[in-house]
Amino acid sequence: MNVVFDWPLASCAIWLPVAAGLLVLALSPLGASFARGVALAGAVLGVLVTVPLYAGFDTTTASMQFVESMPWIPLFNCAYALGVDGISLPFVILNSLITLVVVFGSGGRAGARPAQYDAAFLLMSGLMNGIFCALDGMLFYVFFEASLIPLYLIIGVWGGPNRVRAAYRFILFTLAGSLLLLVAFIALFLIAGGSFSIADWHRVSIDEATQTWIFLAFLAAFGVKLPMWPLHTWLPEAHVEAPTGGSIVLAAIALKLGAYGFLRFSLPIVPDAARALSWLVVALSLVAVVYIGLVALAQTDMKKLVAYSSIAHMGFVTLGAFAALDAGVSFDRSLGVIGALIQMVSHGIVAAAMFYCIGALYERTHSRQIADYGGVVRVMPKFSAFFLLFSMANIGMPGTSSFIGEVLVIFAALEYNFWAALAAALTLVIGAAYTLRMYQRVIFGEVTNPALSESRDVDRREFAVLSLLALGTLAIGLYPQPLIEVLRVSVDELLRHAAVAKFF
Amino acid sequence: MEIRELCMLVPLAPLTAAVVAGLFCRVIPRSVATLVCILGCAVAFVASAVVFFGVRAGASFDGAVYTWVASGATLIEAGFLIDPLSSLMMLVVSFVSLSVHIYAVGYMRDDPGVNRFFAYIALFTASMLILVMSNNFIQLFFGWEAVGLVSYLLIGFWNERPTATAAATKAFLVNRVGDLGLLLGIGLIFVSYGTLDYASVFRLANETSGATFPLFGASECSLLSVICVLLFVGAMGKSAQIPLHVWLPDSMEGPTPISALIHAATMVTAGIFMVARLSPLFELSETALSFVLVVGATSSLLMGFLGIVETDIKRIVAYSTLSQLGYMVAALGASAYSAAIFHLTTHAFFKALLFLAAGSVIVGMHHEQDVRRMGGLRKYMPLTAFAALVGSLALAGVPFFSGFYSKDSLIEAVAASGIPGAGFASFSLLTGVFVTAFYTFRMYFLVFLGKERFVAAHGIKSGETPRESPPTMTLPLILLAVPSAAIGYFAIEPMLFGGFFRDAIVTAENHAVVEKILAHFTTPLEMAMTSPASGVFWLTLTGIASAAFFYLIRPTLPAALRSRAGVLVRVLENKYYFDALYKAFGDGVRAVGKFLWLIVDTRVIDGAIDAAARGVRWFGKGLWHAIDGGVIDTILVGGSARVVGAASRFLRFLQSGQLAGYAFFMIAGVCAMLSAWFFTQAKGFLP
Amino acid sequence: MLTLAHYLILAAILFATGIAGILFNRKNLITLLMSIELVLLAVNTNFIAFSHYLQSMAGQVFVFFILTVAAAESAIGLAILVALFRNRKSIHVDDISTLKG
Repeated sequence: MNVVFDWPLASCAIWLPVAAGLLVLALSPLGASFARGVALAGAVLGVLVTVPLYAGFDTTTASMQFVESMPWIPLFNCAYALGVDGISLPFVILNSLITLVVVFGSGGRAGARPAQYDAAFLLMSGLMNGIFCALDGMLFYVFFEASLIPLYLIIGVWGGPNRVRAAYRFILFTLAGSLLLLVAFIALFLIAGGSFSIADWHRVSIDEATQTWIFLAFLAAFGVKLPMWPLHTWLPEAHVEAPTGGSIVLAAIALKLGAYGFLRFSLPIVPDAARALSWLVVALSLVAVVYIGLVALAQTDMKKLVAYSSIAHMGFVTLGAFAALDAGVSFDRSLGVIGALIQMVSHGIVAAAMFYCIGALYERTHSRQIADYGGVVRVMPKFSAFFLLFSMANIGMPGTSSFIGEVLVIFAALEYNFWAALAAALTLVIGAAYTLRMYQRVIFGEVTNPALSESRDVDRREFAVLSLLALGTLAIGLYPQPLIEVLRVSVDELLRHAAVAKFF
Repeated sequence: MEIRELCMLVPLAPLTAAVVAGLFCRVIPRSVATLVCILGCAVAFVASAVVFFGVRAGASFDGAVYTWVASGATLIEAGFLIDPLSSLMMLVVSFVSLSVHIYAVGYMRDDPGVNRFFAYIALFTASMLILVMSNNFIQLFFGWEAVGLVSYLLIGFWNERPTATAAATKAFLVNRVGDLGLLLGIGLIFVSYGTLDYASVFRLANETSGATFPLFGASECSLLSVICVLLFVGAMGKSAQIPLHVWLPDSMEGPTPISALIHAATMVTAGIFMVARLSPLFELSETALSFVLVVGATSSLLMGFLGIVETDIKRIVAYSTLSQLGYMVAALGASAYSAAIFHLTTHAFFKALLFLAAGSVIVGMHHEQDVRRMGGLRKYMPLTAFAALVGSLALAGVPFFSGFYSKDSLIEAVAASGIPGAGFASFSLLTGVFVTAFYTFRMYFLVFLGKERFVAAHGIKSGETPRESPPTMTLPLILLAVPSAAIGYFAIEPMLFGGFFRDAIVTAENHAVVEKILAHFTTPLEMAMTSPASGVFWLTLTGIASAAFFYLIRPTLPAALRSRAGVLVRVLENKYYFDALYKAFGDGVRAVGKFLWLIVDTRVIDGAIDAAARGVRWFGKGLWHAIDGGVIDTILVGGSARVVGAASRFLRFLQSGQLAGYAFFMIAGVCAMLSAWFFTQAKGFLP
Repeated sequence: MLTLAHYLILAAILFATGIAGILFNRKNLITLLMSIELVLLAVNTNFIAFSHYLQSMAGQVFVFFILTVAAAESAIGLAILVALFRNRKSIHVDDISTLKG
């Protein structure tokens, strides 16, 4: 094993971006280009850190790897404990990549205070990595809450005309959920005999009623983040007001925290309640898929449309996880959870790309209304080709990453219940309807908007960003094996754990 | 070269060409893009031909070439199944593709997007080959979606036209409804059998053919019936069967070579191919077969009628395609898979021929498509007229032409079938024979014979005449005319009765309709010679004769009839109101979406949350007023202030400012203190 | 023979006169100062009387202190009075009530 692997890589993944962000803030008076250089270097370093993380990752074991632990608040037995397994590794990598995309893709053009803008994303990236790596409940909670702050600022400072209201609602919704999470954590702390270690929580036995309460608290906390119907109304508003980078991070990473929470906390800690209430989650997921799909069909604002389609896609994630939990034994249930996880990664890439595309259009014409567009292909052919690819990825075309996720989830849902699968599969039609409706109206036709007719096709930076994202979705779509291998053992272990009753 | 490598070459050659032409479509000159794509397609054709003859000689291949997902016990691979069925399809697809590639060089001569066009059709060829060569369901679905995507791009190729892009979107969406069924069917296969490999699924399905599935709660349905019907829904989308047929006529908005390649010869037959490929499954479910049969027969009849009233030359051919697809589907339902594939093959040739001839006419008429503004074109475009005549004769099923052999045996097979719905199907198909002959020759007569009506056509100035198309367009016409005329004669014996398909197609014993017709088949020549003895021949003849009567001898008659039969014509001209119905449905769904968004999301959910927030604020306000304002402010803080104030007011009264007053109090105080001292402490001084 | 009681009675009369002057004088500040001197005089008389009666010099020492302080006090009082008169053109006691709360 190389000496590099003895470094505390998980800590590096968290604190390197944070340090870079602080450095950018400190150095921003020295000049915009200098600060930007530092920001880019930080983002690249953040990605480079994940390389040994992936290279040194052992796909044959489900236990936590790259573990670090030291006492943090001895009074409450909190520890600064970090580690990654197959479920968190893909998100650490995705997060670092998306941060690079955002920092590089912003091009220092984020209106006022570009250095602070980049710094906010770097801080955010570090805190998000903290969430994915935390092995201690209190540490998780601190990162979980802390990550709200940069995003709140990004929406509130660099957002659209109604940014304050949107940021306010964003923070209130998530805070309301996460306070319940804190309550659940404290309850678990007491049940586990004064331990905040997540591993202890996995092991401790909990009686059925307590499990139900804890599960409901988790459902509220992670359901808001995901977001699940009917706690979703903050998301479209936040997306519409957020700057492009904010939307990308929100869709690509922040939404994943909810699903990650379900997999890390709900399933293994309260497995009996999760199994007993899986019907509820499945039902809410199906509502998200169908209802939100129909709502997306009625949108006139492109960003809102993609925001709603995000909710529908996240519905697939919870559907996969919970349908698999309750599927028959003959079915390889890990496939459902793997499908959900691939759907998460895939949505991270595709939604980021969709928001980036819409941001690119917005930069040129300052409108997000579908009606203001038409004939984009005539002035921006390269852009249209990229947008086509991502639209197709958004509707689950085979060859793109979302197909694998969706197919595996639908298979799991079929094992769960035929009609549930039928409702989920309706997304094939509804998703295609709203995406293609937008594509047809925006890209095809004659150019009517004078601002558009003067626009230029994608520049080099945009081309690079879009190519990277296109490569991501196609790579996972055509060669998902590396991702599946990372996920497989951890998911198997998770389901094996979740299948055993916890109360006696 | 091994068969495996050859097979890899077949889809990869056009795929590479498509990638090259597509990625660099703005850089490379049109000649390079064209050449690369034609070359890719030619390689695929030659390789397919080699594979085809290899398979004829007894070779076969079934194996994986790429592992897509391998996780636990689950293995999803990409692989090839090369047997007579797929090798035949490979040959047909690559041959028609190649013809269309060559034809498009002329047809798309003046189009600025020609590089993109060639990239698309090369990509289509690759996708279609991936579809037919697949040895598993997921790769089938992969190809299925890919051809749908390319079809979307090509229908909307002229994307400045709103009608074209709307037709493209419509085609994609209607197909997706079918794909929904297909995907669920595939999923059900996966969860039931744990594999997606054709061979394993067929074996497991055979072993557990009695398995049931709890579709409606307690009541159990046959698992295989559910699977087969779901899979067939996919075929209904792609092969445009009622009620998912609406996209195909609209797809004529695309360039004509596309209509020939995708929407007549290859992609729309993917559904037929799939059912034939999955014959081992469908044979196990009588319910599914009946469903297939009835849907196919209904489509063939209803769509044929529409061809009679249509006036757009491409749409006439499109409706005939719908009707012929109905024939094939009906044959599948009757378990005459080989007859369906036989008809698919002959149809691919003569329908591509008809479309390319129509395209040639359209180019010659400067993009006029209305048959009422044509007529007498044979004089100006003799080669095209000849090609169209061959195509029409084949489509109408005149003896010796390819369509005769395939359609005749297909009708016989359906008549011989005994499953529920066979009687209705047989009747529909027989009626369809007359209808087909009638609308085919109506078109031929209106376009190529009769009075010249094109003076009014918008592209043609008076005094000018339509011209024959360039050789790149007429060459493929001739290339396709030969098989259109002759392939039936040569292919019927091996394909239907010679065991050509070996074990690629499975027929249950009680469904052996092809064997029944074999009983009175001797030679292709004799079949054609003895055809006047059957009703089908006379139906065809009557159809052609009626068309001649209506459109050549008494051309005023159709208009008169039209005004008489008001309701019937209206129903036909509105295509049975399917489009209106779907539009209403789509609008309804959007309205529901809008309702959910504006009312439920915004008013109800946000309203509830806002109300809750208001409630909390209210509560806070209450706390503020009652506790903060009442208790803390008024009593504690304000109260002490008031006490101090009152005390001050009293003390202020004392401070009169008058020295005398102060002095008095001082003295009074001294007196009081002295008195107090005197009466308490100084008791000892008192006597 | 004059006894201690006589002196004390005289001092009490003087004291009472001084107090009455303070309390009932509404006209003139000078009268007030004089009344204060009377009160001090009464105290001095008491000190002398007790000094003699007890044969102790302490009382007489106090008297000197008081006389000195009283002289200084009346000098300052008169100075204040003059300044007051210059400012307000009145030394009428009832007019001086600035400290009224």
